[in-house]
Amino acid sequence: MKFIDEFRDVELAKKVIDRIGKISTRPVRLMEFCGGHTVSIMRSGLRQLLPPTVEMLSGPGCPVCVTANADIDRAIALANLPDTIVTSFGDMMRVPGSYSSLQHARAAEADIRVVYSTQDTLQIAKENPAQSVIFIGIGFETTAPTIAASILQAEAEGIKNYYVLCLSKLCPPIMKALLDLGELKLDGIVCPGHVSVIIGSRPYEFIPREYGVACVVSGFEPLDILLSVEMLVSQIETGKPRVEIAYLRSVSPSGNKIALELMDRVFEVGSADWRGIGVVPASGLKIRKKFARFDAEQAFSITTKPVVEPKGCICGDILRGVKTPLDCKLFNKACTPEHPVGPCMVSSEGSCAAYHQYGANDER
Amino acid sequence: MKDEAILLAHGSGSRLSHNLIEKYLLPPLTNPLLARLDDSAVFDLAGRLAFTTDSYVVSPIFFPGGDIGKLAVCGTVNDLSMSGAKPLYLSLSFIIEEGLTLSELKKVLESVKAAAEEAEVKIVTGDTKVVNRGSADKIFINTSGIGLIPEGVDISGANARVGDKIILSGAVGDHGIAVMSQREGIKFSVPVKSDCAPLNRLVAEMLEASRQIHSLRDPTRGGLATTLNEFAEQSGIGITIEENRIPIHEAVRGACELLGLDPLYVANEGKLVAVVASDDAAGILAKMKRNKYGTKAAIIGEVTDQHKGKVILKTRLGASRILDMLSGELLPRIC
Amino acid sequence: MCLAVPVKVVSIEGNEAEVEISGVKRRVSIVLTPEARVGDYVLLHTGYAINVINEAEAQETLNILEQMADLDEVH
Repeated sequence: MKFIDEFRDVELAKKVIDRIGKISTRPVRLMEFCGGHTVSIMRSGLRQLLPPTVEMLSGPGCPVCVTANADIDRAIALANLPDTIVTSFGDMMRVPGSYSSLQHARAAEADIRVVYSTQDTLQIAKENPAQSVIFIGIGFETTAPTIAASILQAEAEGIKNYYVLCLSKLCPPIMKALLDLGELKLDGIVCPGHVSVIIGSRPYEFIPREYGVACVVSGFEPLDILLSVEMLVSQIETGKPRVEIAYLRSVSPSGNKIALELMDRVFEVGSADWRGIGVVPASGLKIRKKFARFDAEQAFSITTKPVVEPKGCICGDILRGVKTPLDCKLFNKACTPEHPVGPCMVSSEGSCAAYHQYGANDER
Repeated sequence: MKDEAILLAHGSGSRLSHNLIEKYLLPPLTNPLLARLDDSAVFDLAGRLAFTTDSYVVSPIFFPGGDIGKLAVCGTVNDLSMSGAKPLYLSLSFIIEEGLTLSELKKVLESVKAAAEEAEVKIVTGDTKVVNRGSADKIFINTSGIGLIPEGVDISGANARVGDKIILSGAVGDHGIAVMSQREGIKFSVPVKSDCAPLNRLVAEMLEASRQIHSLRDPTRGGLATTLNEFAEQSGIGITIEENRIPIHEAVRGACELLGLDPLYVANEGKLVAVVASDDAAGILAKMKRNKYGTKAAIIGEVTDQHKGKVILKTRLGASRILDMLSGELLPRIC
Repeated sequence: MCLAVPVKVVSIEGNEAEVEISGVKRRVSIVLTPEARVGDYVLLHTGYAINVINEAEAQETLNILEQMADLDEVH
């Protein structure tokens, strides 16, 4: 088994869709928290195939979309320092900050390089000893252990010019913040799959317990998502909300202990600035004092101009699932993938990009 | 051969320039028109002409399956072929970054020669400039091409008609993945070669099978999705295609999974998309499959009067969704 | 978010492994999955293996998908 095609089987998908139709007796509202799930759903056209009783909303689980303007401004300011190379995942390049984007800054001569891995960044640091090499560390708990590992590797190998701008964020705290906001009446949550590989399923237990919301940890292939929807609908129909794992081949209740341990060694929990939600306590990671010499925030002094939020941009409302891209006055007019106003249009998983790309006719 | 570097002086018109041209640039490309070394190539040509120009700035300049030289010739030959023209003459301009080695230049020229020979075109005029280090990325190439369109052939992106079938000449994504796999910061080892190839023979054979070829385009930057959208916009029609029918090599799928890319947006340099009359589609397809650059050709969809200006993809699961054109750079993603 | 792809471990050298998917190869880090063995499939995220995929569970999931009758029984 290679674990991809088997979970895209069309005949199996039809069976599951059929079964969901049979057990679903009333309207339910589910949120797919994770942007990767949104992309998978949109790409395969799953929304169209689900029975009309199942409504699916996209959530804020897109680390690019929730990166605040202030943080993008800082990344650009770092790139404009002399003798500096900034490396970033491709996802961040086009996201607009208050005044510019990494892509525009690169055009204006900042040395900014797209990388696939912190490993590539370490390589660039080794090859350019006279430059400071700064990695823009976005991501959730899936990526945080890889960033922690890279810092430990830099320490072990004596790499002195590697830095991380730590923008890592945590999912369970933001799920709690969303539920506390009480803007949406959610019946179930499709929980992030790969975040859960690291943190396990236990961190979500407060959700059914305190809010009565059903939770299923889902994989990313169409069949994985369909199975999760089936399990969620079943929980809701039987009135037994709990945390279940549909993605059993990769997620366990306790997660990846080694990854969690590395994260704990390098990072501590702090507050984080979430676009559209604001500063949420204990929802992000900061580099511990012990590793301060790798922390770009400590190592460099930068000045940034006051943060500007784009007028008319409702990315925040969209991220919280309260509005859809179709509700936004700028959608497809002033805000397009070529000239994005907010990150939801740029990020490959942003709702607006997905709606624009895969079709508003996919909307329910 | 001692591996010298190209210097600014090589582009200055000096004796060094002349040496470079006579010793290295001319011999692989030579033909009577070029050999005259006049400021312009002079020839007679009667009929309807197709004329195209392109610049090539690919980095790295050498990649699995080809290099910038092969790309330059094939790209221009293909642009002419997409109008149904028989490509005849090319111009070839180099902008060389000082420091490029002679052996690299020689390799590029050998590729130019080989590609021109396969496509049966002649390079009849050229130019060489050398710029300061940092002002070019090793070498940039600009070409122009002239071809003759046979009588009665009128091919354009605006000519697609409702009911037409859409034929793709083979598997997509090879070129873009081959090039990307060599990029610093992303390196993968892929058993994928660029599909870079001259398609003029293939087009000529297709025209022999039928004249009811309404539109032709090679899905280069922006990939298949972008080309289909261009047709939909230009012709004011809708296009529907089926995901199942699009040929993609396993390794390209794998690389796209790894990088988070959609193969439908990845560049191709040896493929074409044809919009043809429904009745003739089977015959054209059969002819294509007998050409080495069309063995995996397939009918992937059709033209409709629904959703004008848009392309709809029927997914493997049987749902439909919009297939938009590429916006911005194609970047690997982690999310 | 968090694109992670199932890839096969072809060889291991200390903290690194060479992995393969459909013929595409890459050297990746296995610091997060030191229990990985040659022949295992791992989930690859940004150049690191984050999990060794459990084939038995995968098969079980496919079985569930195929014939999930009484949902309450299963978990």
